Amino acid sequence: MRFVKQWLAWIGGNTLGGLAGLGRLTFLFLETVGILISRRPRWNQTMRQLHFIGVRSIPVVIITGAFTGMVLAAQTYLQFHKVKMDTAVGAVVGVAMARELGPVLTALMVAGRVGASIAAELGTMRVTEQIDALRALATHPVDFLVVPRFVAMMIAMPLLTGFSILMGIASGYFVATQLFGVEGAFYIENMDTFMRAQDLYQGLIKSMFFGLFIVMVCCYKGLHCRQGAEGVGHATTEAVVVSSITVLISNFFITMLLNEVIPP
Amino acid sequence: MIEIQDLHKSFGEQPVLRSTNLTIRDGENLVVIGRSGCGKSVLLKHIVGLMKPDAGKIVIDGADIVPLNERELGPIRLKTGFLFQSAALFDSMTVSENVSFPLREQRNLSPGEIQEKVAEALEIVGLEGTQEKMPAELSGGMRKRVGLARAVICRPKYILYDEPTTGLDPLVGDSINNLILQLGERFDCTAIAVTHDMKSAFKIADRIAMLHEGGIRTAGTPEEIQGSKDPIVQKFITGTADPKQIDF
Repeated sequence: MRFVKQWLAWIGGNTLGGLAGLGRLTFLFLETVGILISRRPRWNQTMRQLHFIGVRSIPVVIITGAFTGMVLAAQTYLQFHKVKMDTAVGAVVGVAMARELGPVLTALMVAGRVGASIAAELGTMRVTEQIDALRALATHPVDFLVVPRFVAMMIAMPLLTGFSILMGIASGYFVATQLFGVEGAFYIENMDTFMRAQDLYQGLIKSMFFGLFIVMVCCYKGLHCRQGAEGVGHATTEAVVVSSITVLISNFFITMLLNEVIPP
Repeated sequence: MIEIQDLHKSFGEQPVLRSTNLTIRDGENLVVIGRSGCGKSVLLKHIVGLMKPDAGKIVIDGADIVPLNERELGPIRLKTGFLFQSAALFDSMTVSENVSFPLREQRNLSPGEIQEKVAEALEIVGLEGTQEKMPAELSGGMRKRVGLARAVICRPKYILYDEPTTGLDPLVGDSINNLILQLGERFDCTAIAVTHDMKSAFKIADRIAMLHEGGIRTAGTPEEIQGSKDPIVQKFITGTADPKQIDF
């Protein structure tokens, strides 16, 4: 009986803690949007973040997109070849990269590279009193730290996803035509027939939602980090895990919603 | 003038400030002394609104700052400069960017004027020519000086020092004490310092207040504190621990 009570208390405590965290995260998001509407953005900070989040993520995103497109083309060819549908590889790679693999894999790579860095940087600033110093200098931490990262992420994510999709399709074309002997014109023709602009829109819209989740979760985790080196480490790990899982779970619901709004 | 009235603050079940009352007069150098963990830094952070009390008032120039939100506290914070115990320099910025930060945030000076003011502030703290250095390249004493330059660049009415000499060797610590005195004279500002370094306290204070068990145990001039008959005050200022009792 005592064990059951402890177990229930543990579940209750964690549920309440999680809900409180979700509430604080929502308030942080609303405050960020409020500041965006009412104040002039700090362009210097935003450009610096855009460079870090966007430009410096390009190599990672290109490699991810390229090798995903290559392996997808190879696997699709090997299965489709059995039923003599070799030239459909282009359509499968195009649609899969645009609708799913491009946005999701880009988001996971950004969560790992950028999300971890955001949480660790803000967490370190918190434990070394730099955030208190900002406040003491009459600067609101959300204005200075969260808003520029939010704006930069909202600009960078669709662009990075676009790169990833493009690289996936190009590298898939290379694998299908150069390694498996698929005729290039048929590859392009089939891709053109079965892939629509809606596929691309859906991927890019999803990437903006993923960017929003990543930047808000990671900023929140950094700003609410516990004291000490262990606190920063914990916040960083949680930021990456929570934002990655949020991307994966939300992907299903956003996809279902977008399929209603933008039918395939 | 700053008035702290009946201030209470607890962390969980642990009370830190219990009915603390203190008045800081304009132009004076007030030093708050007390044992480690007695709530000195907590008291200081309440004065600039970095912490919210559970109860009580903090009245700065006639206005209670306790009910104010983060944005409403902005104008109050522009009247104050805060030197953190660890200096709390922004480690991704150069010395120049750190010192000029408050001016750049106000966005009413040209880059040339800002650079002039940075050079002047660094000269005051004896760190001319260090504009392009990063905080990681500086010693502890230099970091405190840069923190001080950042705190005074907007000519605040009140300067708050959190353990200004902690972690510094005696000579560097004394130079920080001299700097605190010079800044007070030069800018005619009010200084509030918290420390457990009695040498520093006696050097810079016009008045000393001792925080003990969440309240102000005693307050007076350095001479009055030195002559105090209160055994707790005497034990603290002479740094004499009871050999039969281990205090932490």
